[in-house]
Amino acid sequence: MSASTSSPTAPHSESHAHGGGHYTSLGLDNRKIAIWTFIGSECMLFASLISTYMIYKGRSPEGPFPHETWTNPMTGQVFKPILNIPVTSASTFVLLMSSLAMVLALAAVQNKGQPVKPGLWNKMLASSKLWLWATALLGITFLGCQAYEFTSFIHEGLTIRTNLFGSSFFTLTGFHGAHVTAGVLWLFTLLAIDYKRGLGPGDALLVDICALYWHFVDVVWIAIFTLVYLIQ
Amino acid sequence: MSNHAAAGGHASEDHHPTWTTYWKVALFLTLITVVEVWAYYIPSFVNSSYFVPSLLIMSGVKFYTVVAYYMHLKYDHKLFRALFSGPLAIAALTLIGLLFLFSKLAIKIGLLS
Repeated sequence: MSASTSSPTAPHSESHAHGGGHYTSLGLDNRKIAIWTFIGSECMLFASLISTYMIYKGRSPEGPFPHETWTNPMTGQVFKPILNIPVTSASTFVLLMSSLAMVLALAAVQNKGQPVKPGLWNKMLASSKLWLWATALLGITFLGCQAYEFTSFIHEGLTIRTNLFGSSFFTLTGFHGAHVTAGVLWLFTLLAIDYKRGLGPGDALLVDICALYWHFVDVVWIAIFTLVYLIQ
Repeated sequence: MSNHAAAGGHASEDHHPTWTTYWKVALFLTLITVVEVWAYYIPSFVNSSYFVPSLLIMSGVKFYTVVAYYMHLKYDHKLFRALFSGPLAIAALTLIGLLFLFSKLAIKIGLLS
């Protein structure tokens, strides 16, 4: 998929890649090396946040708790387990499907200009705008689920200041939500370019870099979903 | 440059996944997610010693599948693989190290009070 964006056929003397990037001595575009380096550093950022959550897990003297019922000894108020697994499972599915839409958007950009086979499905597959919109809307849906979750937690008495669980949970999932938001904004910039002048095979690297970031946000959520939501 | 491409481990055009591959990957990821959530609702399994390892394995498989196929690292240059897997290994080892340091085991052997 990425070969066309990472293995230029231009001679060394022409070291400028399409769109203003530069090829390194390895023949790789510097922007793609940059995004992979950035993703590597993001791995360490999220590992630190997940570590913090897991270290503090089960150490809060006061509830509400993620998986256990808690009764406030002062007021007698009963707090149910706060995590909403059905909603989070749905949002996980939404994010996984957004990754599918993203790879289809990249494929549509890379294959633009080639003859499209007859049929509605083939026309849909060839539309980069459709898949970029689908990815962005699925990302917004995920953010909507997160906003619903955060709001319901606050209504149930869990804020970032309530206990160790609240602090580490909101920090971790909030950082992830901020990354999804940045990804959605990035997708809208690609859509703006697509509407203004059209994205073609020469722009594949632009979409590829955004796609790598989007998939990374997805894999981080895969880890968070298991470690935070499912493991009790 | 073409020599570079041949020697540098660049992906071959023949190895590009098609949209059918992408759909199969999406179906596979969905099925694993369904199994994960299904396992969460079986109390006897949750209380067994197999629950956490099985969830970690399923999560790891999903992680690898997205990175290999959607991020196309399986087909990409080895430098990109190194740029991702190096920091990922450091991150994983740091996480494991911290969990060990702050675990009940650390309290038992006197590292923590």
